[in-house]
Amino acid sequence: MIWLGGAIVFWIVAWWLNTRLANGRFADHRAVRIAIPVIFGFTLLVLWEGLVRGFNVSPVILPAPSVVAQTIATSLPTLWVDFNQTVIKGALRGFVIGGLAAFICAIAIDRSSFLTRGLLPIGNFVAALPIVGTAPILVNWFGFDWHSKAAVVVVMVFFPILVNTVQGLRETNTMQRDLMRTYAAGYVQTLLKLRLPAALPFIFNGLKIATTLALIGAIVAEYFGSPTRGMGFRISTGVGSLSIDMVWAQIAVAALAGSGFYGLVTLLEKWVTFWHPSQRR
Amino acid sequence: MRSFVPVLTVLLVLLGLWWAAVAPMNLRTALDVAERAGETVEPEGSVARREAGTLRLMLDNSQHVATGYSLDRPRLPTPAQVGAELWKTTGSMIQRGRAFSKRSLIYHSWITLQSTLWGFFLGTSLGIIGAVAIVYSRVAEMSLLPWAIISQTIPIVALAPMIIVLSNQVGIEGRGVPKAIISAYLCYFPVLVSMVKGLRSPQTAELDLLKTYNASGWQSFAKLRLPASVPYLFVALKVGIAAALVGAIVGELPTGAISGLGARILIGDQFGTPLAIWSALFAAAILAGVLVTLLDILQRLVLGRMGLRA
Repeated sequence: MIWLGGAIVFWIVAWWLNTRLANGRFADHRAVRIAIPVIFGFTLLVLWEGLVRGFNVSPVILPAPSVVAQTIATSLPTLWVDFNQTVIKGALRGFVIGGLAAFICAIAIDRSSFLTRGLLPIGNFVAALPIVGTAPILVNWFGFDWHSKAAVVVVMVFFPILVNTVQGLRETNTMQRDLMRTYAAGYVQTLLKLRLPAALPFIFNGLKIATTLALIGAIVAEYFGSPTRGMGFRISTGVGSLSIDMVWAQIAVAALAGSGFYGLVTLLEKWVTFWHPSQRR
Repeated sequence: MRSFVPVLTVLLVLLGLWWAAVAPMNLRTALDVAERAGETVEPEGSVARREAGTLRLMLDNSQHVATGYSLDRPRLPTPAQVGAELWKTTGSMIQRGRAFSKRSLIYHSWITLQSTLWGFFLGTSLGIIGAVAIVYSRVAEMSLLPWAIISQTIPIVALAPMIIVLSNQVGIEGRGVPKAIISAYLCYFPVLVSMVKGLRSPQTAELDLLKTYNASGWQSFAKLRLPASVPYLFVALKVGIAAALVGAIVGELPTGAISGLGARILIGDQFGTPLAIWSALFAAAILAGVLVTLLDILQRLVLGRMGLRA
């Protein structure tokens, strides 16, 4: 009862604090902008902890955040091995291969307006399809190790990046291209100095969508067969053997990896497209 | 209509590439089959063939390449095989009046579609409510929006088994509810973002005009902000329904479901029947296409009636 009551009191206090902060004088201050979502997230964790302890929920069903934190602290080596197998070997390699392939294809397609008109609708459609379903086929083709995971990731990230890049390359208007012509710029020069920079915001949009897809692909592919390591492997065996705290630890790592990956791409975008209106202050 | 010919050409080229890829992909299996049938294969024994290059094998055994196009369990089925399997599990089932038997993909599509639609409904409602809260409350905007973005960077598949375990423990029978939750998780975000944009799209002058009319907050919401957001909403709905379908299938994949398109893929994998996987994949693609097209038609109708150009 104390846990439950404490959690609810904390909730109300945090709510009051956030309301004060958001409507207060310093609402536009950087620290407050960060503090408000942090307080909100922390409140959710406290509520979770309070509910689990207050209702005596069995750890086999839903472990408290503190238990999960303990599991993370005690099994860091396992988590690192899994992270290495799934994120660095599977997702990251697939992301790089798929991204490069999509980029090269986009530039090749872009030279022909016939191909662009033919491939854009198809690419848009395929990007909306449940491509994760190809995971069992690709695991069958490329074996259990990271190659098949990278292959699933390649297929999943290819179309969003392709479609966005092709769309970005069409962003420049006739005026700008004509200006390049009057400078006597060739195809390559126009591409490098005008069209690629103009396409960058679109390309990064595709890359950001692809970061999440890459992790999803790598984890799903492990449900269909993997060596005895990897986050997807640990999650599916963890559910089976009722070591739910380990599963939540993996979910926490996956969440951190996903947000971190997304954050990295966003940082890169800020750094590369500093000139774009959406990045300027 | 202008892009009809290019799209068709690209589709045909893709189909051709697929058809051509069947030969090298299935060659080794085809040679094993031919050897077991007592025909001469160069070199003998599948172990010896593992060392040889695919091109070499194709040149040496050109008479057996055709076998690869009619295997029962091919590594890569031909387009015709997939088409035949699709027809066998849909059209011919209807002809025999057994459209909803458990072997029919229509039945499995229906199961997946139900979760998709529930998830879509749930996710869209959540997205719209969240957007209204964000537009009208600073606290909500500052505390919810960052977490909405972070929630999409979390790989939902990691959570999917837990959602199913949890809802089982809470006493929810069946898999419909957890699948719908996963669908909703994937589909609320595009709706939320677009609706925030849409609800904020009226300009200050327009909002001021309503103020001079002495319109209440509710009236300016119902008569200005909401109608202004409809075009944005439809764009998001089309993204959302595709995401919801992905969610429903992902909800079936890792969890040992027995009905639904994802379950067909899972079962096809466990029993080594690639044709079942491929036909389920194509059924999912067709379902996604139909759903998006339906929303597209609805969009044209609604925006047309509202006097906006779709």
